[in-house]
Amino acid sequence: MEISKAEIASAALANSQRSASSVPELRGAEILVKALQAENVKYVWGYPGGAVLHIYDAFYKQDTIQHVLVRHEQAAVHAADGYARATGDVGVALVTSGPGVTNAVTGIATAYMDSIPMVIITGQVPTHAIGLDAFQECDTVGITRPIVKHNFLVKDAKDLAETLKKAFHIARSGRPGPVVVDIPKDVSFKKVPYAGYPATVEMRSYNPVRKGHGGQIRKALQLLLAAKRPYIYTGGGVLLSNASAELRTLVDMLGYPCTNTLMGLGAYPASDRKFLGMLGMHGTVEANNAMQNCDVLLAVGARFDDRVIGNPKHFAQNERKIIHIDIDPSSISKRVKVDIPIVGDVKDVLSEMIAMIRESSTKPDAGALGAWWDTIEGWRKRDCLKYDNSNKDVIKPQYVVETLWNMTKDVETYITSDVGQHQMWAAQYYRFDEPRRWINSGGLGTMGVGIPYAMGIKLAKPESEVFCVTGEGSVQMCIQELSTCLQYNTPIKIVALNNRYLGMVRQWQEVEYEGRYSHSYMDALPNFVKLAEAYGHVGMLIERPEDVEPALREARKLKDRTVFMDFRTDPTENVFPMVQAGKGITEMLLGAEDL
Amino acid sequence: MKHIIAVLLENEPGALSRVVGLFSARGYNIESLTVAPTEDASLSRMTIQTTGSDDVIEQITKHLNRLIEVVKVVDLTEGAYTERELMMVKVRAVGKEREEMKRMADIFRGRIIDVTEKSYTVELTGDQSKNDAFLEAIDRSAILETVRTGSSGIGRGERILRV
Repeated sequence: MEISKAEIASAALANSQRSASSVPELRGAEILVKALQAENVKYVWGYPGGAVLHIYDAFYKQDTIQHVLVRHEQAAVHAADGYARATGDVGVALVTSGPGVTNAVTGIATAYMDSIPMVIITGQVPTHAIGLDAFQECDTVGITRPIVKHNFLVKDAKDLAETLKKAFHIARSGRPGPVVVDIPKDVSFKKVPYAGYPATVEMRSYNPVRKGHGGQIRKALQLLLAAKRPYIYTGGGVLLSNASAELRTLVDMLGYPCTNTLMGLGAYPASDRKFLGMLGMHGTVEANNAMQNCDVLLAVGARFDDRVIGNPKHFAQNERKIIHIDIDPSSISKRVKVDIPIVGDVKDVLSEMIAMIRESSTKPDAGALGAWWDTIEGWRKRDCLKYDNSNKDVIKPQYVVETLWNMTKDVETYITSDVGQHQMWAAQYYRFDEPRRWINSGGLGTMGVGIPYAMGIKLAKPESEVFCVTGEGSVQMCIQELSTCLQYNTPIKIVALNNRYLGMVRQWQEVEYEGRYSHSYMDALPNFVKLAEAYGHVGMLIERPEDVEPALREARKLKDRTVFMDFRTDPTENVFPMVQAGKGITEMLLGAEDL
Repeated sequence: MKHIIAVLLENEPGALSRVVGLFSARGYNIESLTVAPTEDASLSRMTIQTTGSDDVIEQITKHLNRLIEVVKVVDLTEGAYTERELMMVKVRAVGKEREEMKRMADIFRGRIIDVTEKSYTVELTGDQSKNDAFLEAIDRSAILETVRTGSSGIGRGERILRV
């Protein structure tokens, strides 16, 4: 039988249609969900709006990713950020265009300053409306450009899968950071062929270095082993690299003194004698003096922040050799000139160092080290964190933190904090032995993160105890999230150190502005107990020192309830030691007698 | 110290904004900036002229490298390089001035690319100092308008910037 031309033609057409239809067509929103699932995202914190309605529709139709509806977009980003800090996973938030994005900016900048891996999905007006001052339009890419590691505007749904793959890769690799993916509404609606989530991603312009230069590491080790007064200074980079175990091994092998920055607390156990306490503006006497007087400084995953080095000229006065291990070359020799830079992933570099030490027969100078430790113990005798707890009528904020620490130190506990005096006391008096338990905004110093951080972590760690140490000023900035805590059953314990002042500002006004307390007193504070109850939680007011421990014990017993503890603390207490602006790190104020 | 930095970056929307944003956010100064695609249409090449101490230039280079779209950065001033800038100057050229202006243009190997009864437009190519010198040499009051592209730089000999 002769096959006609027409029959051949129609058979060919049917064939091509069949192979085209074997690749499914999905809407942009559905591709987004598939991408998040492929990236093993378990939680997304977000707030719906017009530009993201298609995305929310796709979320409705799936059940592997839990979406948490917050009460303010700022809290959505903070919650995802806190989750990322505690678990090491990429935190994901979803907000709508315009005001959704602008509300999220604080959260994004917070994550950027502390290098936290995050992907923030933002809705955008349809592509044909961009630039026409449409309803709820804002230049998301332009606004977030200085506060993200990178951002993307997806103009076509066929680019969405690859863009998301790149976004996650950029967020978690090299020096981590937040990545914004801006998706116009029509892009989330359009159907395009989806052949699957890309398995790999290649970016010729982005290849972060992991392995440190062998020669540099060798040189660094020679210096380190020959040191007479060595010091190991570590920061958030150790936690981001999950290198706490390697750090401990290194410090224990060498027997050298070690300090953490605010962001690095927990990387090395505070209970070990080799830990000298946090250093910096509110660091201990021994930690700061050692920083100034050491002859060889090993900086690991820390960036010589201005809070840590004090007056740079004063810092540079002493002759010391500095070795700096960091994954970001731009962090090296930025504020302080470094002698041996090692660019690489902290975990990889420390592992190599440890291997080299094991192979080498050189040992540290025991005599010099002994003398150095004697000097350090002399400084430690100052006992700079001691505070006067003899007044039976007033609660000392330090006492609340110490009591909390004593009660929870043997249990898996996460401590989140807001910003201010309470944050410093939490950092000083809660002695962290494990990494990723101390969750606070160090770089940007954002008030309001405490509750959202806590609720983000509690969702992921329901069996752990999560405490938010906060102040009555900070806690009001995201207080509406108490509602989210109830809806998603994330019982957190809020330890509010209520001194009725914006404490840190008041302290600076006392020290630098001769006691002109300009707008640092909080009048008309709410009745926090009633407020907590209005949100469906338990509220407690504690005004006497003998009630502190019972209150905390009671709060811990209420495992399924969020408890707001309003501790009325001594408003005259200041954070000591204190290095004033412009002073050197050894020029510390040690107590009220120094004011 | 003047530095000429050559940057290869992905030819993507927003890449230029990112570089300029970086400079303004960190307080580095841009004397001139020129950018265009290379023979590889997916790559753009940018030449930035900036001034600063060695420390500042080191920071600028590191921050440029940190940008996701930046593929490669070279500080041309660290070695031998050639720098060229295109300048077009519209000058008043009336009566006897015309002869003199034509002579000046010839001396500087410029070309007159537009002519009216009262003006010439002179096109000049050269390094920045040559172009500056031309403007110094002619009668200031005769200058009606100038437009300069800013310097483009390229390494000499075997110094090649490519992916």
